[in-house]
Amino acid sequence: MNNLKALTKKQLFLPIFSMILVMLVNVLFDIADGNNAFDFFSVSMKGGVLYGRIVDILNRGSEVAILALGMTLVVSCSAGTDISVGSVMSLAGGVCCVIIAGFGVTSVSTAAELAHPIWMGIACGIGAAILAGIFNGFLVAYMKIQPMVATLILWSAARALALLICNNMIVYVRMDEFKVFGSFLGPIPTPILIAAVCIAVLALVLKFTALGTYIQSVGINKRSSRIAGFNSAQIILMCYTICGLFAGIAGIVNTSRIYSADTNNIGLTMEMDAILAVALGGNSLGGGKFNLAGSIIGAYTIQAITTTLLARGVSTAQAPVFKAVIIILIVVIQAPPVKAYFKRRSAAKAAAKEAV
Amino acid sequence: MKKDAVLEMKGICMTFPGVKALDGVDFTLKKGEIRALMGENGAGKSTLIKCLTGVNKFEAGEIYIDGIDGPVVNKDTLDAQKKGISTVYQEINLCPNLSVAENLFIGREPLTKFGTIKRKAMIAKAAQLMKDMELDIDVTRNLEEYSLAMQQMIAIARAVDMECKVLILDEPTSSLDDNEVEKLFGMMRRLRNQGVGIIFVTHFLEQVYAVCDGITVLRNGQLVGEYSIEELPRVKLVAAMMGKDFDDLAAIRKGDNKDFSKEPLEIDAKGLSHAGKIKPYDLEIHKGEVVGLTGLLGSGRSELARTIYGADRSQSGTLKVDGKERKIKNPIDAMQLGMGYLPDDRKAEGIVGDLSVRENIILAMQAKLGPLHKIPMQKQIEIADKYIELLQIKTASRETLIKQLSGGNQQKVILARWLATNPDFLILDEPTRGIDVGTKTEIQKLVVQLAEEGKSLIFISSEIEEMLRVCNKMAVLRDGAKVGEISGNMTQERVLSAIAGGESNE
Repeated sequence: MNNLKALTKKQLFLPIFSMILVMLVNVLFDIADGNNAFDFFSVSMKGGVLYGRIVDILNRGSEVAILALGMTLVVSCSAGTDISVGSVMSLAGGVCCVIIAGFGVTSVSTAAELAHPIWMGIACGIGAAILAGIFNGFLVAYMKIQPMVATLILWSAARALALLICNNMIVYVRMDEFKVFGSFLGPIPTPILIAAVCIAVLALVLKFTALGTYIQSVGINKRSSRIAGFNSAQIILMCYTICGLFAGIAGIVNTSRIYSADTNNIGLTMEMDAILAVALGGNSLGGGKFNLAGSIIGAYTIQAITTTLLARGVSTAQAPVFKAVIIILIVVIQAPPVKAYFKRRSAAKAAAKEAV
Repeated sequence: MKKDAVLEMKGICMTFPGVKALDGVDFTLKKGEIRALMGENGAGKSTLIKCLTGVNKFEAGEIYIDGIDGPVVNKDTLDAQKKGISTVYQEINLCPNLSVAENLFIGREPLTKFGTIKRKAMIAKAAQLMKDMELDIDVTRNLEEYSLAMQQMIAIARAVDMECKVLILDEPTSSLDDNEVEKLFGMMRRLRNQGVGIIFVTHFLEQVYAVCDGITVLRNGQLVGEYSIEELPRVKLVAAMMGKDFDDLAAIRKGDNKDFSKEPLEIDAKGLSHAGKIKPYDLEIHKGEVVGLTGLLGSGRSELARTIYGADRSQSGTLKVDGKERKIKNPIDAMQLGMGYLPDDRKAEGIVGDLSVRENIILAMQAKLGPLHKIPMQKQIEIADKYIELLQIKTASRETLIKQLSGGNQQKVILARWLATNPDFLILDEPTRGIDVGTKTEIQKLVVQLAEEGKSLIFISSEIEEMLRVCNKMAVLRDGAKVGEISGNMTQERVLSAIAGGESNE
């Protein structure tokens, strides 16, 4: 009982609880439908690749999970959000495909048609996203512009720029070497692997360097941090740059899934999912302390909700409504007044027990 | 409830995670009485007051207020204010980005019948209030444009203006200079004569005897006793607070009148300045020397120190550190040269509130090492434990968030942060403000000890006695300029006359 109490106090308890809740709902649905109760968790091989709802959630949730990594750092250090990441994904995809296909070309399908090698396109796409991150970071850290306003610029401009670069067309790269980043590597969906690598690299960096302390300290109290020897502007710039890098990687994954730079749709509204993931993870959007694991769980929870709804036959157009209802519930359970209520209630219960 | 009492608290109990903050404390305040609430850091003074004002929810006990039947539980400070209890806290709780008038009337603005604010009326009332308090302040300017001391006075004016029966002053004088303290005392006496009961929390013993009628002493969350001022002379008060007889402060004294001119120079500043804050000055600090900066509040004491450390970038002149000319643009540059700086505004520039005590202690050390060389956790724990023990920091554990500590203990954590970097040159700006008598002595001893190890220090304090005890030399500041130095036979009279402008450069 005491262990359980200690557990509920942990920051990660509610994000994990929400995740489990979503899974439980799936189990109940399966039972109601007369399916095997644990259909949700079953993973099988079909056509040489892994197949199952869990695999699908991990696969589809990759982009938001990758974005949430950068977003967590940005929120922590600057008490603001980077709302440009969705558009920057589109920019990365556009730059990547145009470099590969050449300007004005709408489709390439053989190696001979390529203007530049695929690796160069990917590098340039991610490079463009990093530049976008540096631009955001410069505005926030050195020009002291509020993060929401600063990133609003690229939120609208990056997608338009991407469209311009693509000459107002959808540029297709129909080559397996490019498609692989959005499809399968062996039996495993490649996006899962890419997300795992991103998470692992960032987690290791945070574990073996003091960057976590630097970022949180700056996010909590900039002036104290400066007196204690931190250069807050540099740290904020770095966080936005990392956020741009991850937006670039997510953009390449998303582009590769549809093997084309559909700049109007790549990463559309994904910035909101990324911000939501950070909040669902129990991180304060007011900056300061952060928990990376929480954000990652948050990202996959969002995807789990979407996948569940689609699996239940809710149409793509209506899904956001149901999603909103579920998210309201999750956010409200985590709200301080609700937490305080449960705390009071358990205290009253304990007091009643003592009285008996 | 007693007949002439305005406030009675009985058997108040309150627990924080891991600490029993208050254990059955009684407290009585009479009408027209100024009562000092005394105790060391963590004795429970602030907690008791927060229970009274509704900030903390106490677990047991009752509160009675004159004119209200039955026990009172205040839901929040607004509720307490309605019942006639006004508070000015140790840290200023006003909005820096609002005007003085807005701050004075926040939450009780004079309204028109449409519900909008009568701005002119509010400004006129605010100006009148400032005049009554004998403060020279333009009420339309933002609060942040005034010094900490002025902000404190404004906070007090706000509390006084709210028809109060009980006025609580939680260390109101810690950022005021003597002149301003006298003004405040005048105001307190006026209010007392009007029948207001005043609870006065302070660490300055002199002030207790200057203005109070009675003393209530707490120790470790328990009531030691309620006394009238006559029955508790200074030595007995300190003994009651510390639970032991007082080790005489005068016992510490650095190597008297040692000649430092032959020692090598640690700091050699020539013509450093910062526009609008400190005019160009020269300052030499030898190895092993403690230099005091003295002057009235706002005379540029802190500002001078900040230009050396790079907290404010110097706009002229040259700085030699350990014989070599150096450019310091940011604090980190100064830190790499072995400097440390304990700022006077603990809340804004000292603590990183949401980090633990451990993280706060290793912060500067980590900054010096850079992000790539993380201090191993085992080492962090060792360092944190060492300083918690050494400075007797009262905390539930090393992982407690620093914001949950009392003000004095927070100060000790920041001090630990700099000691951990093992600096050659340390600037201490009001290191003992808000710290209890016992620890004050410990910190003064520490300063002398550091100097004996060959480290150089700048020591800034509003208490001249303390400065005389630890400093080898003093630089005197007036109106943003360094106007002279005093060394050799330093006495309180010489220092005071130098500050006032009687004694010139020698």
